Amino acid sequence: MTSVRPIILADATLVDPGSGREGRGSLLLRDGMIADIAWGASPDAPDGAEVIGCAGAVVAPGLVDMRAFVGEPGAEHRETLKTASEAAAAGGVTTIVSMPDTNPVVDGPAIVDFLLRRARDTSIVHIHPAAAITKGLQGREMTELGLLREAGAVAFTDGEHAVASAAVMRRALTYARDVGALLMPHLAEPGLVGTGVMNEGELASRLGLAGIPREAETIMLERDLRLVRLTGARYHAAMISCADSVEIVRRAKEAGLPVTCGVSINNLTLNENDVGHYRTFCKLSPPLRHEDDRQAVIEALAEGVIDVVVSDHNPQDVETKRLPFAEAADGALGLETLLSASLRLVHDGRLSLPAMLRAVSSRPAEILSLPTGRLQKGAPADLALIDIDEPYVLDKRELRSRSKNSPFDESRLTGRVQATIVAGRVVFDRRADGAARAA
Amino acid sequence: MACPAFPHRHLLGIEGLSPGDITLLLDRADEAIEVSRQVEKKKTTLRGRTQINLFFEPSTRTQSSFELAGKRLGADVMNMSVASSSVKKGETLIDTAATLNAMRPDIIVVRHQEAGAVHLLARKVDCSVVNAGDGAHEHPTQALLDALTIRRNRGRIQGLTVAICGDILHSRVARSNIILLQALGALVRVIGPSTLMPAGIERFGVEVFTDMRQGLAGADIVMMLRLQRERMNGSFVPSVKEYFRYYGLDSEKLAGAAPDALVMHPGPMNRGVEISSEVADGAQSLIREQVEMGVAVRMAVLEALAGHLPNR
Repeated sequence: MTSVRPIILADATLVDPGSGREGRGSLLLRDGMIADIAWGASPDAPDGAEVIGCAGAVVAPGLVDMRAFVGEPGAEHRETLKTASEAAAAGGVTTIVSMPDTNPVVDGPAIVDFLLRRARDTSIVHIHPAAAITKGLQGREMTELGLLREAGAVAFTDGEHAVASAAVMRRALTYARDVGALLMPHLAEPGLVGTGVMNEGELASRLGLAGIPREAETIMLERDLRLVRLTGARYHAAMISCADSVEIVRRAKEAGLPVTCGVSINNLTLNENDVGHYRTFCKLSPPLRHEDDRQAVIEALAEGVIDVVVSDHNPQDVETKRLPFAEAADGALGLETLLSASLRLVHDGRLSLPAMLRAVSSRPAEILSLPTGRLQKGAPADLALIDIDEPYVLDKRELRSRSKNSPFDESRLTGRVQATIVAGRVVFDRRADGAARAA
Repeated sequence: MACPAFPHRHLLGIEGLSPGDITLLLDRADEAIEVSRQVEKKKTTLRGRTQINLFFEPSTRTQSSFELAGKRLGADVMNMSVASSSVKKGETLIDTAATLNAMRPDIIVVRHQEAGAVHLLARKVDCSVVNAGDGAHEHPTQALLDALTIRRNRGRIQGLTVAICGDILHSRVARSNIILLQALGALVRVIGPSTLMPAGIERFGVEVFTDMRQGLAGADIVMMLRLQRERMNGSFVPSVKEYFRYYGLDSEKLAGAAPDALVMHPGPMNRGVEISSEVADGAQSLIREQVEMGVAVRMAVLEALAGHLPNR
């Protein structure tokens, strides 16, 4: 990587979400790092540097997506590390945290090692595996949290599965505190989820679908936060979806517990009405909730009660989605649309651009203790060049992911990544990409 | 024929039908009853047409009713049930739909255990589709035959108080009936234990009762629902005994309804669970008449869709 030519990103609107600073300026990228940052001026171009004129477009840290399912190993027909990374790059995501729900499950150091090697050889963005909390995602015996962390697991979660046993969760949290591991569990109490397939309420009842009550999430969240208080472990709630959960997290933070939390872009931008007449692309876990809940999570994000926005990228194909609603798999694509969908909240005046970018870059990087997500001298040159006003209509056929289950298909979106840089190297350039596709 | 046209290509639910659409179907069903009561029961409306009854869930009653309706209209009717099909070999619903579609049917009648499955299938075929029950979602022909039965006995639906009792939560019959009866101006009550009520039921525009005596007071029509066996013992209600005590329709509870209240049940009945034999076979019961109306209503539906069949 050190052989890459230095790059000057000239005449950009720089946004450093960590500090909230925003203004005209230029960046010099060298040896995979941000070598210089010049607010309001241009740094001297070293010999041989490639100058990219940004014409006032936004340059911000690349996105750090804390939750993406990748099909590799085991479901390469849905997604590979390579295709996921291409989707990520086209969406301005420079770091992916991959979920352990693979076959085999990421529950041992050898599989973490395999993923890191495969990512090094095939991925054009950074991939950090999350490992399982329990062996085989079975919710019974904890994994080698210490060894997995040494091998490179950046955090721990049972992915789509919840840890149903309070005793198992207590022990995992206790042990995680000792080895400094971050747990980020999925919140879905299996008994209350039951046969439920969408948000419980009038709409599910009218569609004749079994509902998932909000309490499936809040009961588990309350339980976990009491265990956090008991154990003192760090805890990141992977995704919350409703107003009650916001209040639970708010209270925990006010009480000084070491707690952070995320929300899926889907719960921020869609609601249960998007299920319409049984659209399986909107069958998700947590389910799309009522509009009141959506408003509550947007508010919580603006206030900082919710720290992070994730794509919850989950590639599914025809075999798992073109089925009666209750039989279809959960999950929607998200890597390539995370930024554009997030910008809806900015264009609607709900969040400032730096606040929105913080939730998808600097904040997740802080929580994961990664050096990226900053627009500062000496930080990794992981960057996104964004035209925040470019309108487009999403066509799923143009998505890079190997699967096409986007809930935003045919949606109007505003704001799009023009180029993505990972470790000082341009890994995605929309103009070149468009020309290549046209040819 | 000078009949006004039915504007829909499929019948997927009562939702989406206008009061005029519903009345049109009921009027046609009245005519179909006359046909069914003649010695010569055959019409030629669907002559040369192919009707496939695709039943993923067994239902002798509904399937034979649709079969008879199709045959009386002159269609060639083929019954396909899941037990004898390739569905059990892992073929998906969509593949089944594509396979059947290639046989160029004119009408497919579908019963499926999952809500929305019939909608999904309807999007993948070129012919008309009739929903014969999808999960806990809708069962439109049942609601139509119930309405026809009421109308023929009371002359109207407008202004009647109809109490639907039992397992509302899992009942497609209840959902279709609530929508239809309200569209035609009836007052609808639902009665049952809260464990068998769908979330948000109060937003369906119905009155909700957990006390059956209160719910039945002054009701003109009492519609009982079947309680599935697997829900009887401890999962949704404590026991059959307790359920019958509080929610089973016997003559004592029925006495609290309007004096000439009529009793209905979509069948098959669990005698001694949701209804006593005394009431089921009593003078106020319309249960057997409902079956006759079933054939007539299904004839009316198939005839109404005839204007939208392929190649016309």
